[in-house]
Amino acid sequence: MRDLRVAFPTTRGMTEVVHGISLSVGAEKLGIVGESGSGKSVTARSILKLLPPSARISAEELRFDGIDVLRASEREMRAIRGKRAGLILQDPKFALNPVMTAGAQVAEAWRTHRRGTRKEAAAAAVELLAQVQIRDPGRVAGLYPHELSGGMGQRVMIAMMLAPDPELLIADEPTSALDATVQAEILRLIEDLVSRRGMGLILISHDLPLVSHFCDRVLVMYAGRVVEELRANELSDAKHPYTRGLLNCLPSLLHRKQRLSVLARDPAWER
Amino acid sequence: MSDSALRSWLLSDTPDSRRQAAWGRAYRSWLRFRVNPLGMAGLVIVVALLIASLAAPLLAVQSPDVQHLTLRLAPPSAAHWFGTDELGRDLYSRVLYGGRITLGMVLTVVVLVTPIGLVVGALAGYLGGMADRILMRITDIFLSIPQLILALAFVAALKPGVTSAVIAIALTSWPPIARLARADALTIRGTDFVAAIGITGASRMRIVFRHILPLCLPSVIVRITLDMSGIILTAAGLGFLGMGAQPPTPEWGTMIAATRGYILQQWWVPTIPGIAILFASLAFNLLGDGLRDVLDPKQT
Amino acid sequence: MTDVAIEIADLRVSLSGTEVVHGVSFAVPKGSNFGLVGESGSGKSTILRTLVGLNVSWSGAMRLGGFELRYHRDKAFFRRCQMVFQDPYGSLHPRQTVDRQLSEPLLIHGLSEVDVRIRRALAEVGLPEALRFRYPHQLSGGQRQRVAIARALIAEPEVLLLDEPTSALDVSVQAEVLNLLADLQRARGLTYVMVTHNLAVVAHLCETIGVMQEGVMVECLSTDDLCAGRARHPHTQALRGLSTELEEAPAWKRGAGGEPA
Repeated sequence: MRDLRVAFPTTRGMTEVVHGISLSVGAEKLGIVGESGSGKSVTARSILKLLPPSARISAEELRFDGIDVLRASEREMRAIRGKRAGLILQDPKFALNPVMTAGAQVAEAWRTHRRGTRKEAAAAAVELLAQVQIRDPGRVAGLYPHELSGGMGQRVMIAMMLAPDPELLIADEPTSALDATVQAEILRLIEDLVSRRGMGLILISHDLPLVSHFCDRVLVMYAGRVVEELRANELSDAKHPYTRGLLNCLPSLLHRKQRLSVLARDPAWER
Repeated sequence: MSDSALRSWLLSDTPDSRRQAAWGRAYRSWLRFRVNPLGMAGLVIVVALLIASLAAPLLAVQSPDVQHLTLRLAPPSAAHWFGTDELGRDLYSRVLYGGRITLGMVLTVVVLVTPIGLVVGALAGYLGGMADRILMRITDIFLSIPQLILALAFVAALKPGVTSAVIAIALTSWPPIARLARADALTIRGTDFVAAIGITGASRMRIVFRHILPLCLPSVIVRITLDMSGIILTAAGLGFLGMGAQPPTPEWGTMIAATRGYILQQWWVPTIPGIAILFASLAFNLLGDGLRDVLDPKQT
Repeated sequence: MTDVAIEIADLRVSLSGTEVVHGVSFAVPKGSNFGLVGESGSGKSTILRTLVGLNVSWSGAMRLGGFELRYHRDKAFFRRCQMVFQDPYGSLHPRQTVDRQLSEPLLIHGLSEVDVRIRRALAEVGLPEALRFRYPHQLSGGQRQRVAIARALIAEPEVLLLDEPTSALDVSVQAEVLNLLADLQRARGLTYVMVTHNLAVVAHLCETIGVMQEGVMVECLSTDDLCAGRARHPHTQALRGLSTELEEAPAWKRGAGGEPA
């Protein structure tokens, strides 16, 4: 992806929310961090062209494994979405169909991309649920989304996304609706699956320490631009004042501060 | 104040008073409404009809009751734009005066029905429990009777006329409003901001009337505007059945009823009040659709 | 007795027939901060909501400044105790200006000098006066939360209940709001009871922390003990572990000689 720009129509004409972003992902774990409104979700979604029709995407280059996403037809895009790239959303409550059992939804995802019999699909669904470390996959497969806890629902989501064996997984704030203990489990699960299957991962989050813990590379976004790109283990050597400000304003258990330092925003960062 | 100064005053991001903030919000809604051609068409027709009815004495060429028995059932001409009816009365004047009666009935119904439906619905939705059950069962009773049948029965029991027709229509049109307001109040009741207002120490009545009612209002306004076309039809229908306004009062429905025998030979006589009814109800429908796009709380 | 702002003894709360808080007791001295930590469903928010009268089926005893609380809260109670909600997008009336929302508590409690008080309240929470007549949708998340805090404080309560006041905000805004809360407390001698799932946030603001798990307070300890790792209950230790693990992450990765692909 090179020089991606996305604009949305508003009452005062088109407003550009992403101003020229270039990135590339291979079989690695890339984190995108930014505050709300920094354009991180929009960036990730434009890879799959999953933006409202009113959005205008332009880029010098936007390719998914050689396919030009900008020129791809809706049919070609559908082949990429789901099959070759999966998207995990923030809240499993809204992303799962409330009137289908978990097993049926995973089985359906498997069948649309693999074409098997109903029986094979059901067996594959249970197998996938087991892979996302659900303890009693046979029983969970028969449950409806409202009977699942948040963490369980997110696991089912992940199982659905894994069904077609994708090459890239985009996780948009996959754990911010979950408790800390569950959050850690889910992230460990994603990390484990990604490295075992050799997939690429784009993890989008507002939580800088969390992302740097689980990813190899971190992009820090501010107001539609990448202000800094770091290797995760160099986080403490971050150069950009915004990244450092983000780290400093966190309260900490180990290093207690009388007063939290506040981020002083510099309009120059937006240029 | 010049136009551009007024505009920037209205669109200011930092209003100086509540009044300016409220006007600013209204102006922004108007800007959104203005770009909807069908809604605007509805608004223009409704305003035109209202003005024409109010100004009927000025616009009419003669009194609606003056008869020229020599000029019965005349086709439209320069003297009588819409022709004359079976008693030689000028149809153009009668349609104008008829608008006063028909639209007047509709507006009276609205003025009666909106507050009742709104208060009943908001109270039932917010208070819940026993109050909700009692209020909603009463609403259900009224809702279960077909509108025209109740109106007929009611008018038949009283003496036919405009007042009875208005009461009859009002009796049957408030329940849907109450249901709608209740549904809104139910969702609003569970929100944090209502809890927050309760925690400031506000009484329950204060919460209902100052905080919940205003939020139910937009969807009720939309609904009632859409309902107005139905009310026009019911009013005209009662008139047509002889249960509403009585001849010689120039009510549109009554006018059609009195002249329906001439539809084959002198088609314009019953058709012209029919067109008036069609225009009025269509205009209210378009206006309601347009308002829904602007006022729908889910959009702001 | 007068030194205790809030005292709760053997509180049990039921939500639609199921008991979700099983006998919780704690006391908060005047002018101090008490934090309730736990995961979702642990009953921590339920305790706060019960305290302000949003849940009615409870048993046990709750005292505010020595006065026993009954099932019905009167105006005097709300004069002394206020609450700030988690979601600043949902806790402000969408169709009322900031000015109107701030004046409402003043009108209810019959306080005079409405105009002066509103100006003072806005200044106190660090909002410019230009925002006074804006609607909530014209404000940012942090600004809304400041308005919510201003509304809670405008009738000058003694106790402020904070239900996850920063978890819907960005971290940089969270820091600003936490600093604001600390400043306000110093200036006014307020008592805070704060509910959150973020251990680092409570530890920053509160001296004493109660850890909740499945409706039971499993441990009540001082922040110093928590930070020094002197927690006794396994659940507290687990929560602390998760919180510190992320902080130490970069160092840990480097120590392991992390080689990114």
